Amino acid sequence: MGQSIPHVRSAVAKIRGGVHVQHHKNTADLEIERLPVPDRVVIPMQMHIGAPCVPIVNVGDEVAVGQCIGDSTAYVSTPIHASVSGTVTAVGDITLANGVISRAVTIESDGQMRLFEGVQPPKADTREELLAAVRASGLVGLGGAGFPSHVKLAFKPGTVDTLIVNAAECEPYITVDNRECIENSWDVLSGIQILKEILGIPRVVIAIEKNKPKAIQILSTIAGQIEKQKGEITVMQLRSVYPQGAEKVMIYSATGRRVPPGKLPSDVGCLVMNVASVAFIARYVKSGKPLVSRSLTVDGSAICTPKNVRVPIGMMVGDIIDHCGGFKTTPYKIITGGPMMGLAVISTDIPVMKQNNAILAFSKADSLKKETDCINCGRCAAACPMSLQPTVIARYAKANDAEQLSRAGAMVCMECGSCAFNCPAGKPLVQNMRLAKSIIREAAKKNG
Amino acid sequence: MVDDRLLTASASPHARGRDTTRLIMLDVLIALTPSLIASVVLFGFRALAVTAVSIASCVLFEYISRKVMKRANTIGDLSAAVTGMILAFNLPSTIPFWMVIFGAAISIIVVKQMFGGIGQNFVNPALLARIVLMVSFPKAMLASWATPFAWRGSTPDAVTSATPLAVLKTGEGDLPALWTMCFAKAGCLGEVCAAALVLGGIYMLVRRVITPVIPACYIGTVAVCMLICGFARQENAWSFAAYELLSGGLLLGAIFMATDYATSPISTKGKIIFAVGCGLITSLIRLFGNMNEGVSFSILIMNILVPHIDRLTVPKPFGTVKEKKKKKEAAAS
Repeated sequence: MGQSIPHVRSAVAKIRGGVHVQHHKNTADLEIERLPVPDRVVIPMQMHIGAPCVPIVNVGDEVAVGQCIGDSTAYVSTPIHASVSGTVTAVGDITLANGVISRAVTIESDGQMRLFEGVQPPKADTREELLAAVRASGLVGLGGAGFPSHVKLAFKPGTVDTLIVNAAECEPYITVDNRECIENSWDVLSGIQILKEILGIPRVVIAIEKNKPKAIQILSTIAGQIEKQKGEITVMQLRSVYPQGAEKVMIYSATGRRVPPGKLPSDVGCLVMNVASVAFIARYVKSGKPLVSRSLTVDGSAICTPKNVRVPIGMMVGDIIDHCGGFKTTPYKIITGGPMMGLAVISTDIPVMKQNNAILAFSKADSLKKETDCINCGRCAAACPMSLQPTVIARYAKANDAEQLSRAGAMVCMECGSCAFNCPAGKPLVQNMRLAKSIIREAAKKNG
Repeated sequence: MVDDRLLTASASPHARGRDTTRLIMLDVLIALTPSLIASVVLFGFRALAVTAVSIASCVLFEYISRKVMKRANTIGDLSAAVTGMILAFNLPSTIPFWMVIFGAAISIIVVKQMFGGIGQNFVNPALLARIVLMVSFPKAMLASWATPFAWRGSTPDAVTSATPLAVLKTGEGDLPALWTMCFAKAGCLGEVCAAALVLGGIYMLVRRVITPVIPACYIGTVAVCMLICGFARQENAWSFAAYELLSGGLLLGAIFMATDYATSPISTKGKIIFAVGCGLITSLIRLFGNMNEGVSFSILIMNILVPHIDRLTVPKPFGTVKEKKKKKEAAAS
């Protein structure tokens, strides 16, 4: 394999550090299943990085799928749409998985999934039209970060020469990006063509970890069939090492360029988009249906029947788990997102958000190891893809030393968790990193 | 539905690697086992007894000091057992048991626990105990080597054999054949079988307990120094260097003692500086000092420098533009 398929290239540079996690891609061959319409969805007004939206519907309003129910005038924000048709029954505050209190709109579904009459294909022939359309679609980075896509795409024309389509999916368990590549491969390719042509990006790299041979095969075959752009769209297979899919790591693997601390991918001529986001853009340009549903992997040792599912945004985690046969054993920990960077939730009564890509439930047997004293082995530093020394940073954080912390580069940390994964003493190194960052931010605030 | 009160919330990552401190220490013990077997074959039951006494007293002292300091019991992490085993490997088989116990007390109580326990000691505990014993009881530590295999003969207490290092230094006496040096020579318990030490080192490399940086740089530096010296003295430089590498505690020190996590630098660059320093000091002591052996003191000196090495070798965060390059770019624009 590999060399025999045309258009498949190998990584340009080998990443530093990283860890070999067990893949657990149990659901890789399971087709995405569309779940029945839930009775009720709760749609938070903060599902993205940036300003929260303000609800523009009231209790009692009739809404239809794709109808805008929340918007903001801020630039770094993105509108939110009704994901089912029915009646608004509540507009109030809820606590999200990350502890943030957000406004949310509750919609009682009428079960008909009636499409909003305003939904029609957008005009997207110029850069400005495309950016406006992407904003109107409510798209955020579907890989987990939730950054509004129209902001990402609004780079200075001509500064980006490489679009990297991120299908690495390096987190264990999650397989929805893999399924997206296999099931909606033409959407992926037409999304790429739209971005490439309208934004004027000469080169496209679809980056996939080697452990997804089927996705690599299908996408490279299709990329090879597009005569017009021969050689301009390539599939690149990357080593299966975590965190291969992290933005800076991916840029380095795919192009050999290093994004300096505090800089953006566009500063080194790159744009990284999640594969599901790219496919969504193609579908949106065709149909005009905003981001109202998404795919999720439901897996973990406590889940009865692991599945890949497509659900309306705002469906309750508990309802989704019920559709996967419920719990096999008493769950000990439930995570939204992957096990390396996901968020442990304290209730199943929380809604699925735009950026969630998995729901994982684990039984007691998978609990973490006990914390013991640091033995100074340096494995955290060896694993850090950003060349940081987490154990040293933890020491400075304990001493509350903002100056040493910023000199040690704590702000560069992307919280991938490789250090803590590798730590034989079971130290909460990522938590220490977050503490370190907040110490730096506090000090910066104090100094002006 | 699920009882929400039973759900655990914690910071990511929610997956952890399998390695624990205990497993790492267990791997070190396994890596030390070939050398233990070799020492028993060479020096008989006494070697096993010295090791057993050393391990038992180290574990006991660890237990007692944690108890006295009202801290959690840590003998389960096996680090005290590793210290005990390495300490025994630094002692001659003829040493009185009370000295072994004294050494164990120095390493665990004074060097390890008084500085905060595992990971906090600033020098290698077994190493400092060896030096204390060497300085306090030079006769027992440096002048009474059992001849390999003598325990099987009619005179089991033959304590005459001079170590190869002493021969190399003074030029008096005969060196054993080079091939026997790989398997059996006079010396401390753990030093005597080079092959067993290398086997243990390979095991630790395969299990990723250590990286090859420190042993390779340490042994390499000594090799280069000895070759230079050999050529300068116009002797057979290659055989001189080979004898030097296989003699004394160099392999034991380079593979098992200089690689101690708590007392070696974190970054690869730091490890190289540390190991080259160890190699240079060892060579200087062996060539110009009035002691035969320099491994212990060289590692001790470099141990003390580790905090400074660590501070000077912090890697730049990924993507940091070097100052020079920045200036060049500024000049270009």
